[in-house]
Amino acid sequence: MKKAVPNPNANRSILFVTYLMAGLFVCMMGYFGYFLQSRSENVINNSYNSRLDRFADRIVRGELLSSDGRVLARTEEGEDGQERRVYTYGSLFAHVIGYSDHGKTGLEALANFYLLSSHMNLAEQTINELSGVKNKGDHVITTLNIELQETAAAALGDRRGAVLAMEPDTGKILALVSNPGYDPNTLAQDWDRLISEENKEAQLLNRGTQGLYPPGSTFKILTMLEYVREHPADWQEFTFDCDGAYETGEYTISCFHGNAHGHQNITQAFANSCNGAFAALGQELDLKEMNALAKQLLFNGDLPLALAYSKSSFTMNEGADTWEILQTSIGQGNTQMTPIHNAMITAAIANGGVLMKPYLIERVESAVGEEIKRFLPESAGSLMTAEEAEVMAGLMRQVVTEGTGSAVRTDAYTAAGKTGSAEFETGKETHAWFTGFAPAENPKIVVTVVVEESGSGGQVAGPVARSVLDAYFAGAGGD
Amino acid sequence: MINVIIEVSKYLMIFLMALYTYWNFSYFRFRDEWGQVRVCRKQNAAMFVMHFVAYLILYLKSEDERIVLFYLAQVVFFGAYIGLYQFFYRNLTRILVNNMCMLLCVGFIMLTRISFDKAVRQFVIVAAAALITWIIPFIMDRVWELSQIPWVYGGLGLGLLIVVWMIGNNSFGAQLSLSIGGFSLQPSEFVKISFVFFVAAVFYRSTDFVTVAVTTAAAAAHVLVLVLSKDLGSALLFFVTYLAMLFAATSNWLYLLSGIVSGCGASVLAYGLFAHVRVRVEAWRNPWADIDNRGYQITQSLFAIGTGGWFGMGLYQGMPYKIPVVEKDFVFAAISEEMGGIFALCVLLICLGCFLQFMMVAVRMDAVFYKLIAFGLGMEYLVQVFLTVGGVIKFIPSTGVTLPLVSYGGSSVLSTFLVFGVIQGLYILKMNDSEEM
Repeated sequence: MKKAVPNPNANRSILFVTYLMAGLFVCMMGYFGYFLQSRSENVINNSYNSRLDRFADRIVRGELLSSDGRVLARTEEGEDGQERRVYTYGSLFAHVIGYSDHGKTGLEALANFYLLSSHMNLAEQTINELSGVKNKGDHVITTLNIELQETAAAALGDRRGAVLAMEPDTGKILALVSNPGYDPNTLAQDWDRLISEENKEAQLLNRGTQGLYPPGSTFKILTMLEYVREHPADWQEFTFDCDGAYETGEYTISCFHGNAHGHQNITQAFANSCNGAFAALGQELDLKEMNALAKQLLFNGDLPLALAYSKSSFTMNEGADTWEILQTSIGQGNTQMTPIHNAMITAAIANGGVLMKPYLIERVESAVGEEIKRFLPESAGSLMTAEEAEVMAGLMRQVVTEGTGSAVRTDAYTAAGKTGSAEFETGKETHAWFTGFAPAENPKIVVTVVVEESGSGGQVAGPVARSVLDAYFAGAGGD
Repeated sequence: MINVIIEVSKYLMIFLMALYTYWNFSYFRFRDEWGQVRVCRKQNAAMFVMHFVAYLILYLKSEDERIVLFYLAQVVFFGAYIGLYQFFYRNLTRILVNNMCMLLCVGFIMLTRISFDKAVRQFVIVAAAALITWIIPFIMDRVWELSQIPWVYGGLGLGLLIVVWMIGNNSFGAQLSLSIGGFSLQPSEFVKISFVFFVAAVFYRSTDFVTVAVTTAAAAAHVLVLVLSKDLGSALLFFVTYLAMLFAATSNWLYLLSGIVSGCGASVLAYGLFAHVRVRVEAWRNPWADIDNRGYQITQSLFAIGTGGWFGMGLYQGMPYKIPVVEKDFVFAAISEEMGGIFALCVLLICLGCFLQFMMVAVRMDAVFYKLIAFGLGMEYLVQVFLTVGGVIKFIPSTGVTLPLVSYGGSSVLSTFLVFGVIQGLYILKMNDSEEM
């Protein structure tokens, strides 16, 4: 028999490979354990996971509570033994709480897993199992503030639009109103009407997170920021003489209602929202850098938000023609954004450039009140430097003290903000925007308002924000 | 009431499984034969109790009398297999037989829960495979010519793969199987074995550079045909096995290193060239982006595992059928969902135990041919488990291979029985030799 000299080191090589493979295998087992322990909760709380619905056979869906512990949604058993979800405040929290019967939306979707988990003590659970009684699901305490929500809804009245209030230093969403709404208690009866094609009101849409609007002059925050970036030393030297209409070549950009602002330095131009000045300034910008800035400020991408939202879009690129530049610089043109996105940019400015991830679930408690899980503020990264944020905050303060933001000018607190009046269709009233924060020196709350087809931001959206801020500083803020 | 029984039995099954797994490793503490036999008997007891509990639940939940008969048939089979194997082969490694039975047992439980008909079909194939492969240790002991025909293994294997590539049936985008007289056969499962025999027989004769070069070319041809058939899992399996066997035969670090480098290069190349590779990688990187389509299988698998958690939902309490091809490539997700993460980890530890047994046989064999066979088959076994489980839990991209002895599929079962038979044969050979000395 032919036979080579056997490799004397064969066993050592075999053992080496054996340990290597076993090590790799153990790594995989470790990953499996890690997934089960740390990752799985986030993964399975997904509307595509039909397994969670099965939990409802054995667990009574838990309650959703406001930040001060009042019940927003609970499950009741009717006399016929059928379970029914009751929404205490009716349509007030319709969008943010959502519903759980026709698919799941809002907090009912976000918190689905917790609401369908039970942390009653084991003995009690076993007794319930034996006697065929369902266990009580955990309660979810939200960040929502009933007073602020009520104030915001009242200020908006029956006008279409959205109001958002959040804490810039934590990301807690305090109020989220969208109009028109619907009554989640009668959703089953109203469903066909709500989704019928004749219905143009879009009551089911959460305008705060899913409504896309041209940002109007609130977009000047971005134009301004880009100009500051490109002229770090001498941006304050920019001046402009406004006669109510800015003409360049064959194009004309008018200021709101043709107001002539006269000689403006850059701070005044921002405070008075002078379209001519920003159209002129926009033409000086590096379009590639401008596009990069929009991307950094979360246009065309994902928002750090668990709720369902629409993506904002910014399309101006290198090679854009003059008209597009003029329009885009003042927030018209093709740019579209959601109110929550605007609130996030404002929150980052108020928080030294750092965006805190907006969140709605404060903590989870068992049915008897033991804390199961607490959610902590989480950074979503820097949108701009601290210096840039300071500059922008200063400019936004001027808007309130000297310019279009007079609606929130008060001695009670120091607000800062930016108004916007976005044209969306010739011959119709503009969408009114306001986005701002207070107190200017140590921001505690961000408020963003959009009122559809209603007039100017300063006159329509500003007062809505004023109501919310007043309520917050009158003590509704809680702390 | 029945929920309570399921709940309690769930923990009982996890406990028995953990105990079995503990014994699997404590076995090696015993140097004397009698101690080892005692451990193995305890293992058998744990398995039969667990088997009984599981089928009790299956029966209570489904209220199908056929399940009782099916259960009894399995008990007879396991009893006969464990008993008769020991009776005919005095020097066998009992623990490997036990592990086979445990893995089969887990597979039967899960399959019965998913589809009774498939479970019965699987059982028939298992019984047949057990009967056929029972003779293997006997052959191994007597037929030395097995090492004389390397190019028969190589040629036959490669030929089969090419045939599959050209006329194979398409399933899930890959050419994997041949239909012969109503049976669907997956030849790559058997070529896996012939490939190891081929490499072992060649390197047993010579490991000079020319031989290595020619053999590498032949091995590369195997891998290439598999890639063209879109059977990525098998391609990777063959590649890793060959590289490891080459290293074991030569102890040449240069070969190992250049093999790893060219493997990485080939992966990058394949990623650029083949759309189906990119699809798999994309579905792994971010399955959530395409949750309705390409990411569907893996996300459903993660839902199953995550929802089950450490202790599982209990039999019939989950939704394993939501995962496409759950009974084959994704059976591990079903086990984890209903029987729990701890139970699933025990299954992995048992697989790891089998691998270590294979390697122990490889180290102990004197003849290089046998050494390489045990080593190569062991490598294939572990890499396959790694690929399937890693894919199911999103540790690595999914490659579509089965979990040996647990997954549904005739070719897979028969080929795994062949592999375990060969290892058993080598072990017996070694024991008989040392007794004679």
